[in-house]
Amino acid sequence: MHEVGIAHNIVDIAEDYARREGAESIRTVALRIGAMAGVVPEALEFAFETAKAGTLAATATLDVEYVPLLCFCADCQLEFEIKDRFGIALCPHCSEPSADIRQGFELELRYLEVV
Amino acid sequence: MTDVREIGLSVLSDAKETRSRVIQVEKGLISRNQELAEQNRQWFKVSNTLVFNVLSSPGSGKTTFLARTLSDLNNGLKAGVIVGDLATDNDAERIRASGAKTAQITTGGVCHLEADMIAKAAANLDLAGLELLVIENVGNLVCPASYDLGEDFRVVILAVTEGEDKPLKYPKMFKTADVVIINKIDIAEVVGFDREAALKNIRNVTPGAKIFEVSAHTGKGMEGWYGYLKRRLV
Repeated sequence: MHEVGIAHNIVDIAEDYARREGAESIRTVALRIGAMAGVVPEALEFAFETAKAGTLAATATLDVEYVPLLCFCADCQLEFEIKDRFGIALCPHCSEPSADIRQGFELELRYLEVV
Repeated sequence: MTDVREIGLSVLSDAKETRSRVIQVEKGLISRNQELAEQNRQWFKVSNTLVFNVLSSPGSGKTTFLARTLSDLNNGLKAGVIVGDLATDNDAERIRASGAKTAQITTGGVCHLEADMIAKAAANLDLAGLELLVIENVGNLVCPASYDLGEDFRVVILAVTEGEDKPLKYPKMFKTADVVIINKIDIAEVVGFDREAALKNIRNVTPGAKIFEVSAHTGKGMEGWYGYLKRRLV
Protein backbone atom coordinates (compact mmCIF):
# COMPACT_ATOMS: atom_id res chain seq x y z
CA MET A 1 0.00 0.00 0.00
CA HIS A 2 2.84 2.30 0.96
CA GLU A 3 4.42 2.01 -2.50
CA VAL A 4 1.24 3.20 -4.24
CA GLY A 5 1.49 6.61 -2.56
CA ILE A 6 5.19 6.84 -3.38
CA ALA A 7 4.54 5.90 -7.03
CA HIS A 8 2.00 8.74 -7.28
CA ASN A 9 4.55 11.12 -5.74
CA ILE A 10 7.09 10.03 -8.36
CA VAL A 11 4.64 10.75 -11.19
CA ASP A 12 3.58 14.11 -9.65
CA ILE A 13 7.15 15.34 -9.21
CA ALA A 14 8.23 14.04 -12.62
CA GLU A 15 5.31 15.68 -14.44
CA ASP A 16 5.89 18.93 -12.58
CA TYR A 17 9.54 19.10 -13.67
CA ALA A 18 8.84 17.87 -17.20
CA ARG A 19 6.11 20.50 -17.75
CA ARG A 20 8.29 23.27 -16.41
CA GLU A 21 10.97 22.28 -18.93
CA GLY A 22 8.45 22.08 -21.77
CA ALA A 23 8.97 18.33 -22.32
CA GLU A 24 6.49 16.31 -24.38
CA SER A 25 6.99 13.03 -22.61
CA ILE A 26 9.16 11.32 -20.02
CA ARG A 27 11.32 8.40 -21.11
CA THR A 28 13.18 7.52 -17.96
CA VAL A 29 12.66 8.27 -14.28
CA ALA A 30 15.88 7.69 -12.35
CA LEU A 31 15.51 6.92 -8.66
CA ARG A 32 17.84 6.33 -5.74
CA ILE A 33 16.46 3.86 -3.17
CA GLY A 34 18.25 2.91 0.02
CA ALA A 35 17.94 -0.58 1.48
CA MET A 36 16.41 1.02 4.58
CA ALA A 37 13.92 3.24 2.71
CA GLY A 38 11.07 0.87 3.53
CA VAL A 39 10.23 0.29 -0.13
CA VAL A 40 9.86 -3.07 -1.83
CA PRO A 41 11.29 -2.53 -5.34
CA GLU A 42 8.90 -4.98 -7.06
CA ALA A 43 5.89 -3.38 -5.38
CA LEU A 44 7.07 0.08 -6.41
CA GLU A 45 7.58 -0.95 -10.05
CA PHE A 46 4.12 -2.50 -10.08
CA ALA A 47 2.53 0.59 -8.52
CA PHE A 48 4.38 2.86 -10.97
CA GLU A 49 2.86 0.99 -13.93
CA THR A 50 -0.60 2.00 -12.69
CA ALA A 51 0.28 5.49 -11.50
CA LYS A 52 1.89 6.57 -14.78
CA ALA A 53 -1.16 5.81 -16.99
CA GLY A 54 -2.52 8.88 -18.75
CA THR A 55 0.37 11.13 -17.65
CA LEU A 56 3.51 12.51 -19.34
CA ALA A 57 5.25 9.45 -17.87
CA ALA A 58 2.85 6.98 -19.55
CA THR A 59 5.68 5.24 -21.46
CA ALA A 60 8.45 5.92 -18.96
CA THR A 61 10.61 3.25 -17.39
CA LEU A 62 12.19 3.33 -13.94
CA ASP A 63 15.96 3.28 -13.60
CA VAL A 64 16.71 2.49 -9.98
CA GLU A 65 20.06 2.90 -8.26
CA TYR A 66 20.01 0.79 -5.11
CA VAL A 67 22.01 2.05 -2.15
CA PRO A 68 23.20 -0.66 0.25
CA LEU A 69 22.79 -0.29 3.99
CA LEU A 70 26.11 0.66 5.58
CA CYS A 71 26.70 0.74 9.32
CA PHE A 72 29.73 1.86 11.29
CA CYS A 73 31.22 0.23 14.35
CA ALA A 74 32.92 2.88 16.49
CA ASP A 75 34.88 0.34 18.54
CA CYS A 76 36.46 -1.34 15.51
CA GLN A 77 36.43 1.79 13.29
CA LEU A 78 34.87 -0.44 10.66
CA GLU A 79 32.22 0.31 8.05
CA PHE A 80 30.19 -2.75 7.11
CA GLU A 81 27.28 -3.63 4.84
CA ILE A 82 24.06 -5.25 6.05
CA LYS A 83 22.67 -7.56 3.37
CA ASP A 84 19.45 -8.52 5.17
CA ARG A 85 17.04 -5.62 4.63
CA PHE A 86 15.60 -5.57 8.15
CA GLY A 87 18.51 -7.44 9.58
CA ILE A 88 20.31 -6.85 12.82
CA ALA A 89 23.33 -4.60 12.39
CA LEU A 90 26.06 -6.64 14.05
CA CYS A 91 29.67 -5.69 13.47
CA PRO A 92 31.37 -8.59 11.61
CA HIS A 93 34.51 -8.04 13.71
CA CYS A 94 33.24 -7.70 17.31
CA SER A 95 29.59 -8.87 16.89
CA GLU A 96 28.24 -5.84 18.77
CA PRO A 97 25.11 -4.16 17.33
CA SER A 98 25.61 -0.78 15.71
CA ALA A 99 23.08 2.08 15.55
CA ASP A 100 25.31 4.27 13.43
CA ILE A 101 23.74 3.96 9.99
CA ARG A 102 25.84 5.75 7.37
CA GLN A 103 23.66 5.21 4.30
CA GLY A 104 20.58 3.30 3.18
CA PHE A 105 17.70 5.71 4.01
CA GLU A 106 17.71 7.34 0.54
CA LEU A 107 14.41 7.70 -1.32
CA GLU A 108 14.99 10.24 -4.06
CA LEU A 109 14.21 11.16 -7.64
CA ARG A 110 17.63 11.72 -9.27
CA TYR A 111 16.82 12.88 -12.79
CA LEU A 112 14.45 12.54 -15.72
CA GLU A 113 15.19 11.76 -19.33
CA VAL A 114 12.61 13.56 -21.44
CA VAL A 115 11.82 14.36 -25.05
CA MET B 1 22.15 1.23 -51.46
CA THR B 2 23.23 -0.45 -48.25
CA ASP B 3 25.47 2.49 -47.38
CA VAL B 4 22.67 4.96 -47.80
CA ARG B 5 20.37 3.01 -45.55
CA GLU B 6 23.02 2.75 -42.88
CA ILE B 7 23.67 6.47 -43.04
CA GLY B 8 19.95 7.11 -42.91
CA LEU B 9 19.54 4.98 -39.81
CA SER B 10 22.43 6.56 -38.01
CA VAL B 11 21.14 10.06 -38.71
CA LEU B 12 17.76 9.06 -37.46
CA SER B 13 19.14 7.62 -34.24
CA ASP B 14 21.39 10.66 -33.75
CA ALA B 15 18.40 12.92 -34.14
CA LYS B 16 16.54 10.89 -31.58
CA GLU B 17 19.46 11.12 -29.15
CA THR B 18 19.71 14.89 -29.44
CA ARG B 19 16.00 15.28 -28.87
CA SER B 20 16.12 13.52 -25.54
CA ARG B 21 17.56 15.52 -22.68
CA VAL B 22 18.13 15.11 -18.98
CA ILE B 23 16.48 17.16 -16.24
CA GLN B 24 18.28 17.01 -12.90
CA VAL B 25 15.79 16.71 -10.05
CA GLU B 26 17.52 15.39 -6.88
CA LYS B 27 14.40 15.59 -4.77
CA GLY B 28 13.16 13.42 -1.92
CA LEU B 29 10.09 11.40 -2.87
CA ILE B 30 8.23 12.22 0.29
CA SER B 31 9.38 15.85 0.39
CA ARG B 32 5.79 17.05 -0.06
CA ASN B 33 4.87 15.31 3.18
CA GLN B 34 7.85 16.98 4.85
CA GLU B 35 6.68 20.43 3.73
CA LEU B 36 3.15 19.77 5.03
CA ALA B 37 4.57 18.45 8.31
CA GLU B 38 6.50 21.71 8.79
CA GLN B 39 3.26 23.63 8.20
CA ASN B 40 1.56 21.50 10.86
CA ARG B 41 4.46 22.11 13.24
CA GLN B 42 4.10 25.89 12.85
CA TRP B 43 0.36 25.66 13.37
CA PHE B 44 0.77 23.55 16.56
CA LYS B 45 3.36 26.02 17.88
CA VAL B 46 1.14 29.05 17.28
CA SER B 47 -1.80 27.40 19.06
CA ASN B 48 0.48 26.34 21.96
CA THR B 49 -0.38 22.66 21.62
CA LEU B 50 2.11 19.93 22.55
CA VAL B 51 1.86 17.08 20.01
CA PHE B 52 3.18 13.56 20.22
CA ASN B 53 2.92 10.71 17.73
CA VAL B 54 2.44 7.17 19.08
CA LEU B 55 3.80 4.28 17.04
CA SER B 56 3.85 0.55 17.63
CA SER B 57 2.96 -2.88 16.30
CA PRO B 58 -0.70 -3.90 16.31
CA GLY B 59 -1.64 -5.25 19.73
CA SER B 60 1.12 -3.58 21.78
CA GLY B 61 -1.47 -1.77 23.92
CA LYS B 62 -1.39 1.70 22.30
CA THR B 63 -5.03 2.44 22.94
CA THR B 64 -5.00 1.13 26.53
CA PHE B 65 -1.85 3.18 27.20
CA LEU B 66 -3.41 6.36 25.81
CA ALA B 67 -6.81 5.84 27.43
CA ARG B 68 -5.14 5.44 30.85
CA THR B 69 -2.78 8.38 30.32
CA LEU B 70 -5.62 10.67 29.30
CA SER B 71 -8.03 9.66 32.04
CA ASP B 72 -5.30 9.92 34.74
CA LEU B 73 -4.22 13.37 33.51
CA ASN B 74 -7.67 14.54 32.50
CA ASN B 75 -8.00 16.70 35.61
CA GLY B 76 -7.95 20.10 33.93
CA LEU B 77 -5.89 18.97 30.93
CA LYS B 78 -7.49 19.86 27.62
CA ALA B 79 -6.49 17.03 25.32
CA GLY B 80 -7.41 15.80 21.87
CA VAL B 81 -6.53 12.59 20.08
CA ILE B 82 -6.32 11.84 16.39
CA VAL B 83 -6.85 8.12 15.98
CA GLY B 84 -5.63 6.43 12.83
CA ASP B 85 -7.22 3.09 12.14
CA LEU B 86 -7.41 0.88 9.11
CA ALA B 87 -11.12 0.26 9.07
CA THR B 88 -13.04 0.73 12.33
CA ASP B 89 -13.56 3.44 14.95
CA ASN B 90 -13.41 1.08 17.95
CA ASP B 91 -10.17 2.68 19.20
CA ALA B 92 -11.63 6.21 19.04
CA GLU B 93 -14.58 4.99 21.08
CA ARG B 94 -12.27 3.71 23.84
CA ILE B 95 -10.30 6.97 23.90
CA ARG B 96 -13.46 9.10 24.02
CA ALA B 97 -14.43 7.33 27.23
CA SER B 98 -11.40 9.01 28.89
CA GLY B 99 -12.90 12.44 28.28
CA ALA B 100 -10.56 13.55 25.47
CA LYS B 101 -11.87 14.94 22.21
CA THR B 102 -11.20 12.62 19.29
CA ALA B 103 -10.94 12.85 15.54
CA GLN B 104 -10.91 9.62 13.59
CA ILE B 105 -8.91 8.95 10.46
CA THR B 106 -9.94 5.72 8.77
CA THR B 107 -7.19 5.15 6.23
CA GLY B 108 -9.08 2.49 4.30
CA GLY B 109 -6.08 0.17 4.24
CA VAL B 110 -3.25 2.71 3.96
CA CYS B 111 -0.54 1.58 6.36
CA HIS B 112 0.50 4.94 7.84
CA LEU B 113 -0.72 8.49 8.52
CA GLU B 114 0.53 11.43 6.46
CA ALA B 115 0.85 15.11 7.33
CA ASP B 116 -2.09 16.26 5.18
CA MET B 117 -4.43 13.77 6.93
CA ILE B 118 -3.35 15.28 10.27
CA ALA B 119 -4.02 18.83 9.06
CA LYS B 120 -7.57 17.87 8.04
CA ALA B 121 -8.29 15.95 11.26
CA ALA B 122 -6.81 18.66 13.51
CA ALA B 123 -9.06 21.24 11.86
CA ASN B 124 -12.03 19.40 13.43
CA LEU B 125 -10.56 19.55 16.95
CA ASP B 126 -10.40 23.31 17.72
CA LEU B 127 -6.65 23.24 18.24
CA ALA B 128 -6.48 26.66 19.95
CA GLY B 129 -8.33 25.21 22.94
CA LEU B 130 -6.06 22.15 23.30
CA GLU B 131 -2.92 21.88 25.43
CA LEU B 132 -2.13 18.38 24.24
CA LEU B 133 -2.74 16.61 20.95
CA VAL B 134 -1.95 12.92 20.65
CA ILE B 135 -1.69 11.18 17.31
CA GLU B 136 -2.31 7.45 17.52
CA ASN B 137 -0.73 6.15 14.34
CA VAL B 138 -1.71 3.00 12.46
CA GLY B 139 -0.30 -0.13 14.15
CA ASN B 140 2.78 -0.79 12.02
CA LEU B 141 6.51 -0.57 12.77
CA VAL B 142 7.67 0.01 9.20
CA CYS B 143 5.92 2.67 7.11
CA PRO B 144 4.92 5.27 9.74
CA ALA B 145 8.61 5.74 10.60
CA SER B 146 9.14 7.58 7.30
CA TYR B 147 6.36 10.14 7.72
CA ASP B 148 6.88 13.24 9.82
CA LEU B 149 3.48 14.56 10.91
CA GLY B 150 4.69 17.78 12.53
CA GLU B 151 4.78 16.31 16.04
CA ASP B 152 7.02 17.57 18.88
CA PHE B 153 8.11 14.08 19.87
CA ARG B 154 7.62 10.40 19.08
CA VAL B 155 6.63 7.64 21.44
CA VAL B 156 7.30 4.06 20.36
CA ILE B 157 5.60 1.30 22.36
CA LEU B 158 7.07 -2.19 22.66
CA ALA B 159 5.08 -4.85 24.50
CA VAL B 160 6.97 -7.55 26.43
CA THR B 161 5.14 -10.15 24.32
CA GLU B 162 6.90 -8.90 21.17
CA GLY B 163 10.37 -10.08 22.10
CA GLU B 164 13.45 -8.17 23.16
CA ASP B 165 15.09 -8.06 19.71
CA LYS B 166 12.39 -5.94 18.06
CA PRO B 167 14.42 -2.70 18.27
CA LEU B 168 17.14 -4.41 16.25
CA LYS B 169 14.66 -5.71 13.69
CA TYR B 170 13.02 -2.31 13.17
CA PRO B 171 15.93 0.08 13.74
CA LYS B 172 14.44 2.81 11.57
CA MET B 173 11.35 3.07 13.76
CA PHE B 174 13.26 2.90 17.04
CA LYS B 175 15.91 5.34 15.85
CA THR B 176 13.24 8.02 15.42
CA ALA B 177 11.83 7.51 18.95
CA ASP B 178 12.19 10.18 21.65
CA VAL B 179 10.43 7.95 24.18
CA VAL B 180 10.29 4.15 24.25
CA ILE B 181 7.56 2.59 26.38
CA ILE B 182 7.99 -1.04 27.40
CA ASN B 183 4.38 -2.08 28.01
CA LYS B 184 2.66 -5.07 29.67
CA ILE B 185 5.42 -5.51 32.29
CA ASP B 186 2.80 -7.18 34.53
CA ILE B 187 3.07 -10.30 32.33
CA ALA B 188 6.81 -10.06 31.58
CA GLU B 189 7.71 -13.05 33.73
CA VAL B 190 5.04 -15.32 32.25
CA VAL B 191 6.22 -14.67 28.69
CA GLY B 192 9.91 -14.99 29.60
CA PHE B 193 10.80 -11.41 28.70
CA ASP B 194 14.55 -10.71 28.95
CA ARG B 195 14.47 -7.20 30.40
CA GLU B 196 18.23 -6.60 30.35
CA ALA B 197 18.52 -7.64 26.70
CA ALA B 198 15.59 -5.41 25.73
CA LEU B 199 17.06 -2.37 27.48
CA LYS B 200 20.45 -3.02 25.92
CA ASN B 201 18.93 -3.31 22.44
CA ILE B 202 16.89 -0.13 22.81
CA ARG B 203 19.92 1.81 24.07
CA ASN B 204 22.03 0.45 21.21
CA VAL B 205 19.57 1.57 18.56
CA THR B 206 18.45 4.85 20.09
CA PRO B 207 20.87 5.94 22.83
CA GLY B 208 19.11 9.29 23.46
CA ALA B 209 15.54 8.02 24.02
CA LYS B 210 13.80 8.05 27.41
CA ILE B 211 12.67 4.58 28.43
CA PHE B 212 9.66 3.91 30.68
CA GLU B 213 8.65 0.41 31.79
CA VAL B 214 4.92 0.29 32.43
CA SER B 215 1.77 -1.72 32.58
CA ALA B 216 -0.98 0.37 31.04
CA HIS B 217 -3.37 -2.32 32.24
CA THR B 218 -2.53 -2.14 36.00
CA GLY B 219 -1.05 1.38 35.98
CA LYS B 220 2.34 0.24 37.28
CA GLY B 221 5.22 2.52 36.25
CA MET B 222 2.99 5.12 34.60
CA GLU B 223 4.05 7.93 37.03
CA GLY B 224 7.47 8.29 35.41
CA TRP B 225 5.86 8.78 32.02
CA TYR B 226 3.35 11.27 33.45
CA GLY B 227 6.24 13.23 35.00
CA TYR B 228 7.97 13.40 31.62
CA LEU B 229 4.76 14.46 29.87
CA LYS B 230 4.04 17.18 32.47
CA ARG B 231 7.56 18.57 32.04
CA ARG B 232 7.02 18.72 28.27
CA LEU B 233 3.65 20.44 28.79
CA VAL B 234 5.12 23.33 30.79
